Amino acid sequence: MRMQLSRLGVLSLIVMLIAAACAPAATPAPQPTAEPQIIEVTRVVAGTPEVQVITATPPPAEPEKVFRVAIVMPSSITDAAFSQSMFEGLLAVQKEMGGEGKMEIAYSEGMFKVPDAAAAIRDYASQGFNLVIAHGSQYGTSLSQVAPDFPETSFAWGTSLDTFQAQGIGNVFAYQAEAQQGGYVLGTIAALMSKSGFIGISGPVEAGDAKLYVDGFKFGAETAKPGITVNKSYTGSFSDVSLMAAAAETHIAAGADMLTGSSQSVVGAIGVAKDKGAFWFGTQWDQTSLAPETVVASQIYDWSGIIKDMIASHKAGVLGGKSYTLTFKNGGLKIQYNDKVAVPADAKAAAEAAIQGIGDGSVKPLP
Amino acid sequence: MSELFTLPVLLGMAYSGVRLATPYLYAAIGEMFAQRSGVYNLGVEGIMLMGAYAAFFVAMSSGNLWLGLLAAAVVGLLMGLLMAVVSVTFQAEQGISGIGLYLFGLGLSSLLFKTTMGGAQSITGFQAIKIPLLGDIPYLGEVFFDHNLLVYGAFLLVPLAAWVLNRTTLGLKIRAVGQNPQAADTLGVSVAGIRYFTVGLGGVMAGIAGASLSIGLINLFQENMTSGLGFIAIALVYFGSWRPWGILAGALLFSFVNALQLWIQVIGIELPSDVAVMLPYILTIVALAFAVQRAQQPAALSKPFERGES
Repeated sequence: MRMQLSRLGVLSLIVMLIAAACAPAATPAPQPTAEPQIIEVTRVVAGTPEVQVITATPPPAEPEKVFRVAIVMPSSITDAAFSQSMFEGLLAVQKEMGGEGKMEIAYSEGMFKVPDAAAAIRDYASQGFNLVIAHGSQYGTSLSQVAPDFPETSFAWGTSLDTFQAQGIGNVFAYQAEAQQGGYVLGTIAALMSKSGFIGISGPVEAGDAKLYVDGFKFGAETAKPGITVNKSYTGSFSDVSLMAAAAETHIAAGADMLTGSSQSVVGAIGVAKDKGAFWFGTQWDQTSLAPETVVASQIYDWSGIIKDMIASHKAGVLGGKSYTLTFKNGGLKIQYNDKVAVPADAKAAAEAAIQGIGDGSVKPLP
Repeated sequence: MSELFTLPVLLGMAYSGVRLATPYLYAAIGEMFAQRSGVYNLGVEGIMLMGAYAAFFVAMSSGNLWLGLLAAAVVGLLMGLLMAVVSVTFQAEQGISGIGLYLFGLGLSSLLFKTTMGGAQSITGFQAIKIPLLGDIPYLGEVFFDHNLLVYGAFLLVPLAAWVLNRTTLGLKIRAVGQNPQAADTLGVSVAGIRYFTVGLGGVMAGIAGASLSIGLINLFQENMTSGLGFIAIALVYFGSWRPWGILAGALLFSFVNALQLWIQVIGIELPSDVAVMLPYILTIVALAFAVQRAQQPAALSKPFERGES
């Protein structure tokens, strides 16, 4: 009896594990808000030892070859931040190229675990995708190991400027955003709107994109209104919503009436800002929908220009070796205002001047 | 450093500490009951996620926060019972089945979130209620008596749990089953029954812990929003030597130091942010090293019970 029961126990456990592992695979493709058409989706199951790919619909047959792009990203395509910005960029390019008949997009989201992501990258490459994007600086080492095994495939990763050419790898593109530029502009607006004279910034990890944004924001605010106090903090995590909310509460308790932050965990901080009547500045993607009365403006990453150039390069036989940056000047960075929050004319004018100045080089967004 | 010890900063720190301790208290006290009866459930994190999702979704669709809380409790109970079926009836290895439950909760809550909501949304959660008279006490009032109901509930749970565990027949049975299930069995106590009850109760508490985040403190749901909170709650059970008051001390220590590190950063004390973020963990480990170890670990913890075997 005992043996039987134990076996049943193990069996039920296996069922449980499989159910957990399969859960993301069963997700239907979410309808992207900006894009009513249904996209063709290939998904990779996270957490299984061997990554399996389930193709939702077979690629339609047509005379011209479909350009196939696959992307692996750390958070979800609706994170209102880093992952969503890239996914929306891909959708925009797909639309421009003539829909899914011309360009296929496959994606794996929620790949916080690097080994899972590395398996997915390799899997997409072996399936013959033309361009495989590893959307996270944590994936770099894995990518440098996978890329040489697939010399016909283009790879891209960011945020970084390292295309691994020094290691003799020629089929990797790299990209990053000059996040400090938008940070500087938003900091300028925040300083001019602040009544308390305190601004709070809560970042995830003091490195890369987040650090650039935080430092740019602080410098912009201090330049626009000398003497203003800009407090900053980091939670040490990209996903800890709870600690991010506590950080925002701490900033408000310290007197801040203007808040900003970066990473997908900021939803926690935006909620706090909304509850306590503070204003929020977003980055990476338009965060207005999270709190329509609270978000003043957002810096938006528009990756579509970079994606188009990578596709054109690949078609022309250049499989990698280029690094790209998003800036105001090349149109990769944009400031999106929220119509529901009134921004004083002087703040808006100062922001415009800052964008101009950063574009022509007369304003340096970092100290 | 002196700016850290001003009254507004200390009060702000205490206030945040009390709020941050709330989910730990629910989850850890629930887990304590399960462990005192001999079952440890590593799936707390997964149950919290499901509880957080259920509470948020039901509260958002119905507009009733209490229904949301009820949904979290029911979902927590079901997941707790699932754990009990696997670990008590089928006698599977508890650590592994707990991890299975965690992955199940993580995957299912993410799936449901995507299919029903798509992206992050926020609601108005339980509002702070200032307790008459007590809330007017200078300083202490704003720190301890101006919170939402879920925060009060978490702190009231501590004496209640201590009373149930130490002063009632039920508590005696739970302790007996965890200490010496054979003896309890010969005295007519249903070992499986008690374990089903405690693991189910632990599930309810973990579900409410999740709800305390999604409709009490943060008021939104995001995939994997607990990010390790449930595992820290399990560590707090050990830290507190399986006693409610010990768990309270551990939860408060961890939360206050977390609040402290945020304040250290916010007021600009020169300390690398990475070090600040580590502080709560370092101090918890130090405190654990000096605490009396394993003094009260239930003797039958993690051991399945089979009548007639010893």
